[in-house]
Amino acid sequence: MGGNLLANYGEAVAMILFGIGFSNLLLQKNLIKKIIGLNIMDTATYLFLAEKGYIAGRVAPIVVDNVTSVEAYINPVPSGLVLTGIVVSVSVTALMLSLTIRLYRKYHTLDMDEISTMLKKEEE
Amino acid sequence: MEIFQIVLFIFLIVCAISVSFSRNLLNSIIIFMSYSLIMSIIWILLESPDLAITEAAVGAGITSILFFVTLKKIHAIVAINEDKEDKHVNRKGGGK
Amino acid sequence: MSRLLSEEEYRKTKAFKIRRWYRGEKDPYLGKVEMKPQKPFTEDIKTQKQRIHDEAILRRNIYDIEHNKKLQIFSKFYKVVSIVFVFTLIAILLYVVSYLPPVGNAANPDNNEVASKYIEDGMKDTGAVNIVTGMILDYRAFDTLGESNVLFIATCTVLILLRVDNRSKKKEEEENDRLYEPKNDIILQKVAFFLVPMIIIFGIYVILNGHLSPGGGFSGGAIIGSGLILYVNAFGFKKIERFFTQKTYKWICFVALLFYCLAKTYSFYCGAHHLETGIPLGTPGDILSSGLILPLNICVGMVVACTMYAFYAMFRKGGF
Repeated sequence: MGGNLLANYGEAVAMILFGIGFSNLLLQKNLIKKIIGLNIMDTATYLFLAEKGYIAGRVAPIVVDNVTSVEAYINPVPSGLVLTGIVVSVSVTALMLSLTIRLYRKYHTLDMDEISTMLKKEEE
Repeated sequence: MEIFQIVLFIFLIVCAISVSFSRNLLNSIIIFMSYSLIMSIIWILLESPDLAITEAAVGAGITSILFFVTLKKIHAIVAINEDKEDKHVNRKGGGK
Repeated sequence: MSRLLSEEEYRKTKAFKIRRWYRGEKDPYLGKVEMKPQKPFTEDIKTQKQRIHDEAILRRNIYDIEHNKKLQIFSKFYKVVSIVFVFTLIAILLYVVSYLPPVGNAANPDNNEVASKYIEDGMKDTGAVNIVTGMILDYRAFDTLGESNVLFIATCTVLILLRVDNRSKKKEEEENDRLYEPKNDIILQKVAFFLVPMIIIFGIYVILNGHLSPGGGFSGGAIIGSGLILYVNAFGFKKIERFFTQKTYKWICFVALLFYCLAKTYSFYCGAHHLETGIPLGTPGDILSSGLILPLNICVGMVVACTMYAFYAMFRKGGF
């Protein structure tokens, strides 16, 4: 076990949140809580990425007073990646919620077990 | 600043756990909205203001609104079906 | 040799026989084994009813969930295994995190020459004061093109799933939409009367100042979308038809996305070579600076705003 676990407490929290979101996705029976679990997993990943770009003692990457040396700003690359990711996350959530509405209209339940039983019965 | 960050992280974990254990769907969506908001404050502490504005507008705004509207549609379908059943029963009892 | 054969003559040729063989259309026993033709099989009505009754009982036994022991054991097994799996996953990830370089260190391997190039030459090359916006709309504009397309595809899919086309069903959906909540709530209308113009102006400000201060196309578009959603909630769908109809939505989305695609599709062919536009860079710090970034910000902002409003309207009413 390397010694950096307490120094990287932000990344450790991101991993724990990822696990919580993933367990929601696996174990919950309600469809809406599964979708919330997927969203939690997404935001945990973005937290991890943003932690990689942080440098202690420096400011946000907006040029102030024409100072363009590398020593004055944090790493801007992970910030750009996360910006794309947030928008993709909302698109995926909207798509899954519309699928949930269609499923509810047909089967009148939000429980995953009941829906899979009804699907199996229909196949016969 | 460090203590503030640690307190916010603990709040995040508590929010995430309580989303999975709450019975009422409306409660879990509201707690998810506050989770999104605290995430937005953490982005500012990590010196990325672009992410903070985007997460506040999109996460605590649009995603939560979509969840609420989904719940509303589901309750509306339940209420319409109950109304239809009531009308059906009344018509049968009317002796037509 | 090139005469068209009739049906009977074609059936005698070798080509027809070979084709029939490899398609499997010929029954090898028909006409060769039986001495007399068969009667078609009809089922007695009593045996049919008996068969249906037996099948229904069988199906009820198969799908009997409460008393099925195997299913209960399997569901408990699934829960235990998934909890163990999640804990193992978290343990592995924390183990890896403990080996990563400490957060906030300036000598991390991911603060390499890419970041220094973007910071040092960012303002000179792109003219944008906000380095992140300059990066995602100039150096890495191709990624943002893909992302706008992802938003567009999501809107198309939600349209397919939730749209109501039938005229009578449309009316029914519109009535059912606000059936169980009070219409014309006066507090909401007074508050929205003051807030909506401010929200939309703030959103326009964030989009236009994308290259000077934090913000940009995505956040500004989301803010404008939220303003439109508040307007629809307070005043109803009839009032928003006065300035935001389906035609407006189509034209805005189409023109904005087309402009972005035309501006940056050369990356498919030229790769990393940059094509110069004729727009001058200007002085950093002005709004009208930084070349093509300002029009692209406006395009992205409009696409995002329309997408957010379209999601809401689709969920609410099934149409515009």
